[in-house]
Amino acid sequence: MGRIVLEKVVKRFGQAEVIPPLDLTIEDGEFTVFVGPSGCGKSTLLRLIAGLEDVSSGRIVIDGTDATELAPAKRGLAMVFQSYALYPHMTVRRNIAFPMKMAGMDQAEQDRRIAKAAEALNLTDYLDRKPGQLSGGQRQRVAIGRAIVREPQAFLFDEPLSNLDAALRVGMRLEISELHKRLNTTMIYVTHDQVEAMTMADKIVVLRAGHIEQVGSPLDLYRTPRNLFVAGFIGSPRMNFIDGAEAAKHGAHTIGIRPEHMEVSSTSGLWKGRVGVAEHLGSDTFIHVHDTGLAETMTIRVDGEVDLHHGDTVYMTPREEMLHRFDAQGLRMAEVGVPA
Amino acid sequence: MARSVTTRRKAFNTAVAWAIGLLIFFPILWTILTSFKTEAQAIADPPVFLFFDWTLENYGVVMERSNYAKFLWNSIAIAGGSTLLGVLIAVPAAWSMAFVPSKRTKDILMWMLSTKMLPAVGVLYPIYLVFIKLGLLDTKFGLIVVLMLINLPIIVWMLYTYFREIPGEILEAARMDGAGLKEEIIHVLTPMALPGIASTVLLNLILAWNEAFWTLNLTAAQAAPLTAFIASYSSPEGLFFAKLSAASTMAIAPILILGWFSQKQLVRGLTFGAVK
Repeated sequence: MGRIVLEKVVKRFGQAEVIPPLDLTIEDGEFTVFVGPSGCGKSTLLRLIAGLEDVSSGRIVIDGTDATELAPAKRGLAMVFQSYALYPHMTVRRNIAFPMKMAGMDQAEQDRRIAKAAEALNLTDYLDRKPGQLSGGQRQRVAIGRAIVREPQAFLFDEPLSNLDAALRVGMRLEISELHKRLNTTMIYVTHDQVEAMTMADKIVVLRAGHIEQVGSPLDLYRTPRNLFVAGFIGSPRMNFIDGAEAAKHGAHTIGIRPEHMEVSSTSGLWKGRVGVAEHLGSDTFIHVHDTGLAETMTIRVDGEVDLHHGDTVYMTPREEMLHRFDAQGLRMAEVGVPA
Repeated sequence: MARSVTTRRKAFNTAVAWAIGLLIFFPILWTILTSFKTEAQAIADPPVFLFFDWTLENYGVVMERSNYAKFLWNSIAIAGGSTLLGVLIAVPAAWSMAFVPSKRTKDILMWMLSTKMLPAVGVLYPIYLVFIKLGLLDTKFGLIVVLMLINLPIIVWMLYTYFREIPGEILEAARMDGAGLKEEIIHVLTPMALPGIASTVLLNLILAWNEAFWTLNLTAAQAAPLTAFIASYSSPEGLFFAKLSAASTMAIAPILILGWFSQKQLVRGLTFGAVK
């Protein structure tokens, strides 16, 4: 099955070390998401696992076999690329058949698997078209079909949804999640979109400058971010950070409070400010508050019905148990009576 | 209102395009017309345009006097051979420059192009001497090699440009799908680059076919292509414009017809990548 272990993996491009020594285990059947800002090394890490880049040192073990020196095709992995990377001169059928043809699979088995994949992905009517005649979503499905038919030990997805429009993206996100539930195969998914990470992952790996900042389930990362970076990266809108005297009251260098963890009132509360922009989403409203004397802008998330407008005075009270405390190094501090 | 202006503008542009096209084509047209005139009509003053006694006499004389088939075969062998050899060398070169570039790739490309800035006559002596030493004078093989070398920079540059247009991710996908280098080139790269390779071949055939400097200087009788065939009719002792025109028409006809039928391919290839 698809257990992938990275041991002290290092990647250098010339003098630049883009992945410093890195250890990571991805369990069989797990949906793991690599997330981080652009340039954090998440795609490079995926390409190292795929074998499209050579590691500078360290080992990659797939299913107990040292795959460090293996060619990409010999690793039993299938990859879905950001640009879909379909073969434009081949029909959908030939695109999906290509990996099986390369593996020398007999025609009957190829046809069976193509039919099965096409049905699962709603591509049956398009098998004789070329990629150029398909929409973005359909192309993405062909790319997934090409990956499925190999019955790989693990799927690798490199920002597969970033070329789709917003509505399609939500749909494909669900489809990929359902595919994972159905196949129960290891999937590694790279994205810079923390919403994708939160909604799809069993396990999220947050990366910054090639370093793993934190590994955990989406809710682990949301509830107990290990440091300021993870706290700021996971969650939307972003966590509010407050330094100085207010933080010192809690015995911390910085305190963080998520927009959804504050009580809002127009009459009384702990912190006072003035409403700047209010973003009405219907279900919720995000209010950007200025002049709090705590941080340049604080964001609060309130019910969609709340009637607050530009210039209004607003009072905020953080829910004490939802406060995050960080030390001068930006690391999470132990909660009172609970180890960090 | 806006529409009529557009239409008028379009008509004007079309007229200008036709005028330029005819201007460029006129010498060829005149050559072809002259080839059907008598020698007297060919030099008539004022010149006759269409209303003359059309005759095939010149073609008869030319066919009688020289062995057209042999010149034609030499042209085909030299243009075809140098193109084939050039493409065989340029495909791997362009592949490596496009997909595994090094720090010096751009320099190499510029250096290759810089050889085209050298006037050919500047290296005539050394090449002539090398040809004598190696016994290559007046051989098809020698000309194939020289023309291949002359046009190689253009072939590499063109192929490099086409290959660069092929997204690397598609080749990586092929690698993930189990294709080795051979399968990658056969099943993915070549079919995708085929339009580019075809127009490169076409352009190079035309360049090699029309190449006169080296073919005239390095051949005499055995390996002489159609350029030498034309040159043999521009004799200083008498003006035989009609026969010269007939010879020219016969020399350019094959490549003109090839170009005519493949012009769509040629234009697409030459503007490839210019417009997304």
